Amino acid sequence: MPSLKALRTRINSVKSTRKITQAMKMVAASKLKRAQSQAEQARPYAERMERMLGALAASVAGSPIAPPMLVGTGKEDVHLLVVVSADRGLCGGFNTAVSRFARNRTRALIEQGKTVKILTVGRKGRDFLRREYRKNIVGSIDFVGRKQIGFEDAVEIANQVTEMLEGQQFDVCTLIYNRFKNVITQVPSEQRLIPASIEGAPTETAGGPRAAYEYEPGEEEILAELLPRNLAIQIYRALLESAAGEQGARMTAMDNATRNAGDMIARLTLNYNRQRQANITKELIEIISGAEAI
Amino acid sequence: MAEQTTLEIVGPTRLLLSEPVDLAEIPAYDGYIGVLAGHAPMIATLRGGLIRVHQGGAVTKQLYVGRGFVEIAPDRCTVLADEVIPAEELSAETARTRVAEAESAYQAAAETRDADEIERAIMRLAAARAMEEAARR
Repeated sequence: MPSLKALRTRINSVKSTRKITQAMKMVAASKLKRAQSQAEQARPYAERMERMLGALAASVAGSPIAPPMLVGTGKEDVHLLVVVSADRGLCGGFNTAVSRFARNRTRALIEQGKTVKILTVGRKGRDFLRREYRKNIVGSIDFVGRKQIGFEDAVEIANQVTEMLEGQQFDVCTLIYNRFKNVITQVPSEQRLIPASIEGAPTETAGGPRAAYEYEPGEEEILAELLPRNLAIQIYRALLESAAGEQGARMTAMDNATRNAGDMIARLTLNYNRQRQANITKELIEIISGAEAI
Repeated sequence: MAEQTTLEIVGPTRLLLSEPVDLAEIPAYDGYIGVLAGHAPMIATLRGGLIRVHQGGAVTKQLYVGRGFVEIAPDRCTVLADEVIPAEELSAETARTRVAEAESAYQAAAETRDADEIERAIMRLAAARAMEEAARR
């Protein structure tokens, strides 16, 4: 049985831990709100971009002018995985989930005989993947010490990917990130970036007559400008979703931690009081038996 | 009032404007185009410049847009721009530094003799000049 003093220190230390987790939960909650609204505001742009791209893709479909960013290089040998994780820990299984997903994907691709290159965004994913696939990582980006992610950051990543595509360093590019399902659930998911996956295009034939657009300048030039931007906006969206998810995960994790700390304090306090009682009883017995002996 | 078309101006980080307008002047690739309701469907790139919104015969709003795209349909006109700044918030100083930067970028591009590079630099310079001009007013 630990002494009274030891118990007292223990209780105090758990109490201060609880204070910290409680504060972190509060901070995460307010950051979550900000991240969510940022993600929301980026949505209209992405939606309209998709619509435009759908129209354009339908009009160049099958023609030889379609650029590699839209239709790929025609091969599927080299895969580039862009893995988005958080920079900081203490957010439950958030980073592990997405890193493990990326690792399994990498393993599966290598088993199929493909070459895999990894570009990590976020410190935690890099640290995790470096253990097993150090030589596959071709680059890593992190936002350590940054308060908010801006569109420029996404553009930077997109430029890096574009450069690699132009240098024919990969055939297929996939984005792996934590999709924000709701505050407590984030789903590790993947999205193909190159060749571009366009949801609007297949409905073309089924969904009634669509107006034929005029293009100024030509389709090719517009696509050449639109595709890199589309890439950037897809990455931006993933970054924002991941950022919101991170805060959500942290909030849940810290909420649990706060509750566990509370339980622990209750248990320790009970122990402490029992011990105190036992000590008093023991002292009384000593005094009484001492008095009787005289 | 005649028919109106819905003008939407969207930046990467937010939706800036979404309202029915009489006429919108858009700085498209080959020069300004005026968009009225019932315009033929069209997709064009933007060259950077001022969008002017006309309402009831007068210009009600002016916004500077950077590079981007415009999608026009008979009942709507959607502008997707990298950068959108309401004319009131433009500063002459930023515009001047932009022009200076674009000019030196053009000089650098001219030396490489790469046609694409030069064209890109020209577009950038034009956008910067448009911003400067917009800021002066």
